[in-house]
Amino acid sequence: MKKPLLAAALLIGTGASLGVRARTTGDTDGVNVNAIGMFFVFVLTSLCITYWAAGRVKSSSDFYVAGGRIGGFRNGLAITGDWCSSAALMGIAGLVYTNGFDGLIYSVLPFGAWPLMMFLLADRLRNLGKFTIADVVSLRMARVPIRSLIASAGLAFVVGYLIVQMVGAGTLISNLFGLKYEYAQIAIGLLIIVYVAFGGMIATTYVQLVKAVLLLSGTSFIAFAVLAKFDFAPESLYAAAVANHSAAEKLMQPGGLLHDPVDAISCGVMLLFGGAALPHVLMRFFTVPDAKEARRSAAWAASFIGYFYLLSFFIGYGAVVFVMKGPQFLDADGIIKGGENMAAIHLAAAMGGDLLLGFISAVAFATIVAVVAGLTIAGASAISHDLYANVLRHGRASDAEVMKISRYAAIALGILGIVLGIAFKEENIAYLIVLPFTISATVFFPVLFLTLYWRRLTTTGIVAGGWLGLAAAVAMLVAGPTIWRDILGHEAPIFPYKYPALFSMTISVVTMILVSLLDKSARGHREVRAFEDQFVRSQTGLGAEGATRH
Amino acid sequence: MRHLYDRIDRDPRFHALAKARGRLGWTLSGLVLLAYYGFVFAIAFAPGWLARPLGPDTAVTVGIAAGLGVIGLSVALTGVYVWRANRIFDRLNADIVDAATRKAGAFDAD
Repeated sequence: MKKPLLAAALLIGTGASLGVRARTTGDTDGVNVNAIGMFFVFVLTSLCITYWAAGRVKSSSDFYVAGGRIGGFRNGLAITGDWCSSAALMGIAGLVYTNGFDGLIYSVLPFGAWPLMMFLLADRLRNLGKFTIADVVSLRMARVPIRSLIASAGLAFVVGYLIVQMVGAGTLISNLFGLKYEYAQIAIGLLIIVYVAFGGMIATTYVQLVKAVLLLSGTSFIAFAVLAKFDFAPESLYAAAVANHSAAEKLMQPGGLLHDPVDAISCGVMLLFGGAALPHVLMRFFTVPDAKEARRSAAWAASFIGYFYLLSFFIGYGAVVFVMKGPQFLDADGIIKGGENMAAIHLAAAMGGDLLLGFISAVAFATIVAVVAGLTIAGASAISHDLYANVLRHGRASDAEVMKISRYAAIALGILGIVLGIAFKEENIAYLIVLPFTISATVFFPVLFLTLYWRRLTTTGIVAGGWLGLAAAVAMLVAGPTIWRDILGHEAPIFPYKYPALFSMTISVVTMILVSLLDKSARGHREVRAFEDQFVRSQTGLGAEGATRH
Repeated sequence: MRHLYDRIDRDPRFHALAKARGRLGWTLSGLVLLAYYGFVFAIAFAPGWLARPLGPDTAVTVGIAAGLGVIGLSVALTGVYVWRANRIFDRLNADIVDAATRKAGAFDAD
C-alpha cells in the first residue's frame, strides 16, 4: 500500500505547486524562476528521502526514534532544524528591523535553555527513555495517570505550536510565491503527512537535517554579504544602521518590549525552562545510540544554534541598512512590502539578487515544513505510543498495530493543521506561541526535573501539580491582557501579566512537592524506593534502550 | 538487572562519580543562570546601563556586547561539560559498570 500512495502524494504535492507563481521584489509580479526551481528541488529531494526512509521503517523503534541509530553530529543538525523555526529566521530579523535591540532579546533569551538542557536533562533522558518523555517518567511512576497527563499536555503543546507555524507558513508562501493561502495550507499539510506517515522519524530526521544545512548556509551567506559591504567591521554596520533608522541610537538600546519587570522575569522563566523541555526537541535524544552521542549531539546543536543566533545580530541590522531605504522593497506609503517579517527575505534580494532571493525563499519554506514535521511526529507518538498503546491497551498492543495508529495519527494531525491553519487565517496569532512554551515550563520541565533529581516525588504529586499548573496556565493566559483585553475586547484584563509562566510554574512545582510529601500510600512508597535503581541507570546507562540493528 | 544496580549502588567509586558529575553540572548551570538572569534583570531594571555605548566613538552598546556574551558563554560551557563528561566521566563509568558485571558473572549470567 505504501508505494502507490506515496506516488499519489507526490503528484498532489507537485500538482499543487504547479499553480505557484513566484514574485520578484520588483514592482511587476513577474515569475521568479529561481525561487520556483529551488522550491521544487527541495520538495523532490525531501520526497526522495521519504521514499528511501519508508523502506527502512520496519518497527515502532524505527518509526519513533529512527531505530536509535542517528549519530551525534547528524542528530545535532536535526535538533538545530527542530529548534530554528521560521520565527527564528524571519521573526527576529523583522523585530530588529522595527525595534532594534529588543528584537535581539529574542535571540539571547531562548538560547539560555540550551546549556540547562545539556547539564540537567539530555544524557539522563537518553539513559532512561525509549520513545517519548513519558517513558522516562513512567519508569518509576504509575503508567496510566502519568501518560494521560504528559500526552494531553503534549497535544495541547503541539496544536498551539502547529497553528503558529501553519498560519506563518501560509502568509509566507502567499507572499513569496503568490500561491493562494488555502492552497499553501493544503500543500504543507499533505507534504507533512507524506513525510511522517510513511517515513516516520527516519524521514523527519533527514528532512530536518537538509533544512538545517540550507538554513545555516543561507543565513551565513546573507550575513557574510552584509559584513563584506563594511569590510567585515561590525562597528561600521551598526553605525550605518543607526544613521539609517528613525530611532537613531535608540536602535541599539532596550526599548519598551519588556518594560514591566515581572513580565520580563516571567518571560525569561518561560523561555529558559520551557525551552529546555520542548518535547519535539527532547525526543531527538532518543534517536542516538547512547548517552555519549546524546551529549555530542547537544554540543553540536548548541554550537549551530548559537552561531545562527549570532548571525541574527548582523542580519536584522543589515536589513535596516539595505532594505529600509530601498524603494523596491517599500510600498507607496514607505512601509516594507509583505510586513516586517519579510525583512530577511528582502535583504537576501538586496544582497544577492533573484538567485539568493529564490534560495532564501526555498529555505524559509523548508524551515516551516521541517518544524511542522517534527511537531507532527511528537504529536503522533503522544497519541499512539502514550495514549493508545499504554493507556488504552495497557501495553498489550502489537508493534504493527501501534505503527498503524501512529500513521493514522500523523494523517489526522496533518489534516488538523490544514483546518486550523485556514480557520486562523489573518488572525494575529503571535500570542499563541506563549501557550506551548508556558505548558513546557509548567508541566514538562518540572515533571522531568523532579523525577530525575528528587527522590520523594510520587505519581500523586505529579498528577496534582501537573493538572493544576496546566489549568492555571491556560486560565491566566485567557484572563491576561492579550486575550481578555485585546482579543475579547474587555476593558481591563483580570490577570495583569502577558507571560504567566512564572506563576503557573510556581503553582505546579509547589503542588508537586507538597502533595508528594503528604502522599503516604503504598504506591508512593514504592515509587520513592525505586529512585535508587532509576538513579543508577540514569548515571551509568546500564539497562538503557540500545540501538536496533537491521 | 536489579542486583547489578544494587551492586553499583554499593560501589563507592560510583557515588564519587555521580557526585563529581553533579558538581560540574550544577556549577555550570549556576553560571548560566547567573549570566542569563543578569541579562534579564538588566533589561527589566537597568535598561539605561545596557543602552550605554561601549566607547566614545562606537555605536555598539553594552547591551549588544552582553547579549553576544551570554550566547558565547552558553556555547563555551556546553563544550566544557561535554568534553569532561565524554573524556573523563565516561571512562570512570565504564570501569564501574565493568567491575559490577564481571562480579555478577561469577554468580549468574544475568
